[in-house]
Amino acid sequence: MSDIIAKLEKTKLLGRGGAAFPTHLKWQMVLDQKSDTKYIVANGSEGEPATEKDGYIVEHYPELLVEGLRIALETIDNSSAFIYLRKDYFKKYKANLKKIIGDLPIEIFEEKGGYLSGEETMVCQEIEAGLLRPRHKPPFPGQVGIFGQPTLINNIETFYYVAKIARGEYHNEKMYTIVGDVKNPGVYELSGELSVKQVLEQTKNYPDFKFYTQVGGGASGTILLSSELTIPAQGSASIVVYNQAKTDPYELMEKWIKFFMAENCDKCTPCREGTYRLAEMIKNKQIDKEHFEDLLFTLENTSFCALGKMVVAPFRTLADKILKL
Amino acid sequence: MSKNKKTFFIKINSNPYRAKEGQTVLDVALKNKIFITRLCYHPDTVIQGSCRLCLVEIKGKKGLFTACNTQVEPDMDILTDSEAISRAKKTNLELIFTEHCEECNDCIYRYGCTIKKFAKDYDVKINKFPDRKKDHPVHDFGPALQFDAKKCVDCGICVDICKKVGACFLEYEKVGDFYEVVPSSKPDKDCIYCGQCITHCPVGAFEGVGEFEAIEEPLRQKDAGKTVVFQFAPSIRSTIGEEFDMPHGSIVTGRLIGAIKQLGIEHVFDVSVGADVTTIEEAKELIERLGDKKATLPMFTSCCPGWVKFLEFYHPEFIPHLTSVRSPQIIMGGLIKTYWAKEKGIDPKDIIVISIMPCVAKKYEIERPENMIGDIKPVDHVLTTREFAQLLKKNKIDLKNVKAVNPDPFLGVPTGAGVIYGASGGVMESALRTAYKMITGKKLPQLELEQVRGIEGFKKTEIDINGTKLKVGVINGAANAKIILDELKENPRAYDYVEMMACFGGCIGGGGQPVPVNDEIRKKRAQGLYNVDTRNNIRMADESVFVKNLYKEFLADHDNVHKVCHTKFSKKDKEVYPKNYKK
Repeated sequence: MSDIIAKLEKTKLLGRGGAAFPTHLKWQMVLDQKSDTKYIVANGSEGEPATEKDGYIVEHYPELLVEGLRIALETIDNSSAFIYLRKDYFKKYKANLKKIIGDLPIEIFEEKGGYLSGEETMVCQEIEAGLLRPRHKPPFPGQVGIFGQPTLINNIETFYYVAKIARGEYHNEKMYTIVGDVKNPGVYELSGELSVKQVLEQTKNYPDFKFYTQVGGGASGTILLSSELTIPAQGSASIVVYNQAKTDPYELMEKWIKFFMAENCDKCTPCREGTYRLAEMIKNKQIDKEHFEDLLFTLENTSFCALGKMVVAPFRTLADKILKL
Repeated sequence: MSKNKKTFFIKINSNPYRAKEGQTVLDVALKNKIFITRLCYHPDTVIQGSCRLCLVEIKGKKGLFTACNTQVEPDMDILTDSEAISRAKKTNLELIFTEHCEECNDCIYRYGCTIKKFAKDYDVKINKFPDRKKDHPVHDFGPALQFDAKKCVDCGICVDICKKVGACFLEYEKVGDFYEVVPSSKPDKDCIYCGQCITHCPVGAFEGVGEFEAIEEPLRQKDAGKTVVFQFAPSIRSTIGEEFDMPHGSIVTGRLIGAIKQLGIEHVFDVSVGADVTTIEEAKELIERLGDKKATLPMFTSCCPGWVKFLEFYHPEFIPHLTSVRSPQIIMGGLIKTYWAKEKGIDPKDIIVISIMPCVAKKYEIERPENMIGDIKPVDHVLTTREFAQLLKKNKIDLKNVKAVNPDPFLGVPTGAGVIYGASGGVMESALRTAYKMITGKKLPQLELEQVRGIEGFKKTEIDINGTKLKVGVINGAANAKIILDELKENPRAYDYVEMMACFGGCIGGGGQPVPVNDEIRKKRAQGLYNVDTRNNIRMADESVFVKNLYKEFLADHDNVHKVCHTKFSKKDKEVYPKNYKK
């Protein structure tokens, strides 16, 4: 096993894109493939609302990102890399990144699509200039990725911590994005072992009013009540605070469902038609519990890609905990 | 990984089945005749995975899986039915029905609607939600076919099959909140009218123009004092039986003639006779071109109007390669309105020729001004196999029970060579049988050219004619033409003669043929035609008594040959735009 992969395993680094897959396994999978061309992608699609940490890293620590990529290029044989950025990040940070990259084989790629383009197989479709619809997994990009070649796709934050691990400077930190009804919104780098409550307290954001939170994304995150904040922040580790008195749950749901409907690819039945039916129910403020549950069940169990499955958590938890349907 | 794929057992509903590495759960189920609900799966296209109906459970794994794209693993234990599966299927079906405006009486699946059956199986309320697409447009694709977006369930098969054909005309576009299937508005994309979208769409969103609302109109011309004449294409005899629950590939030539006569039609002709004339003319042109150093070679066949449109629009630089010989339907229609009309003493303007064709592009072909004989249109109406079958059903005529009748003797009986036109390779085989004899004075030692038969999309071979090797290619599925066109750009003499058909398997797989269709069905339909040829005493166009007479009496006049048997082609601009598209 390579030195860095052993360190990734020892530090138990998990992917920071949201799915929390062990990084060392991903690296090893790509390393194990026999191919004279391999690709590495630092995924900076960051399409989830209320998540800004990848942009924060590209702005403040671009050297560490490139260093993480350099380590991956050295580890994965026959490889070249992409820094894959959503449109605004591409415009803002391209020039500076180019300077830092120098003559390393790293291309800066501007994403064409939106939220869904952060999904791994979509990253491959984007770079291949193919139809912007996800591919079936398996095979995983680690086996069959860009142009059919083994492809290592990690989040920008993951590469940032790879560099830190190589330097011996990683102590289980995590990037948190805190937004919503808070005094000190922003991106914070704190211990990954903290509970949501501790994160809010340490950043002087713990509200003094009745509130609930959405953790793990401003659209796909789970609703956690103030009494449930003793667990660590999951997913992309974003925390949105909602002032309960000032938040209309239907408006909130409408915002989410509009987002999902705009961002999905309309390939599969449950995600295309199911989100539309949810939108209609929410718009009319007529939620038939049985229909609602059937739609969520079907989205969760039969959607083609992760997007459709991710629609479920916010609605189900809001319906259970706030609307008490 | 070893080349030999591992085989192992999996369980489906507790029964063991042999499976092979790389197969999907659906592959194994289909092979063992285990039914799994599915809508967006078609063996002709890549896996779509979009309908989300082929749901299964895998013991030990959480959630539901789609059988179409889940690969088998050793000892996999699969359930095709459970409460969770039914619940999810029912919900997805309800959602599918919100996209599909029912128009059942006029649908090509009126007797075999898959989603209606599923609705019963899963107790689906088909109107649980209002129709989302009720205001969607109907797109007209020239005089050939239509796409009713109100019925589309977004499965993606049509986009894929259109790409596989080579037209790439159907695509996804964001319309309002949704990505939808639309005909392309791009100037460099156009419909070639093959109609493969019709025979592959699982819910009848595509149909021929007039299908089925206008099928009775042509017959009404009889009441207006016209002489109505029917002619039917070579392939119809081996496909229309399917519409009457007969086995695939059943030959029903005599019954078909009998059925047409039961509609009150006196004169019925076989387009295979026209094909025999096409063969003679095409063999003559081939020999001429081969003997002329300045002539354009290879020569391409031109009896498939979908392929012709493909070439005229996408590769006009190759137009000089097309034979000028008209298609069998146009030649036959022309003979009816000239030779036969004269013999019968009927004014051609009082004759209405109705073709039964395997094809919706034939509806387009009859409108081509290049095919006119002066101010006479050789063919007035085209009914597809499906449309004609529906016309019989409307008239309560069951083809199975119709007594066989011989064809009208005046325009003769076809040779075996005229009948095999309906299968990919058939035109080539017929023309070569005759060309060989014209050049060598002898019959081909083996009349069956097995090398050009079969449903493979691209076939090539060499035929030895007096020591000269004639290089021939056969294409079905217009996209495969690219193989040959690319090769010709590199090496202009890579071929001498090429047969091209837009549809998979040739006319037996045409866009006007019965549904469903797949490779197995295409093989059986083609075999039916080859059987007719084998059983025929006369298997070469030039040996047909009728054809010999025709060349003595009518086609001895060069002017007649020119106006009845030859046409021209030209570069085509885009013809089809989405509905309400502003250029």
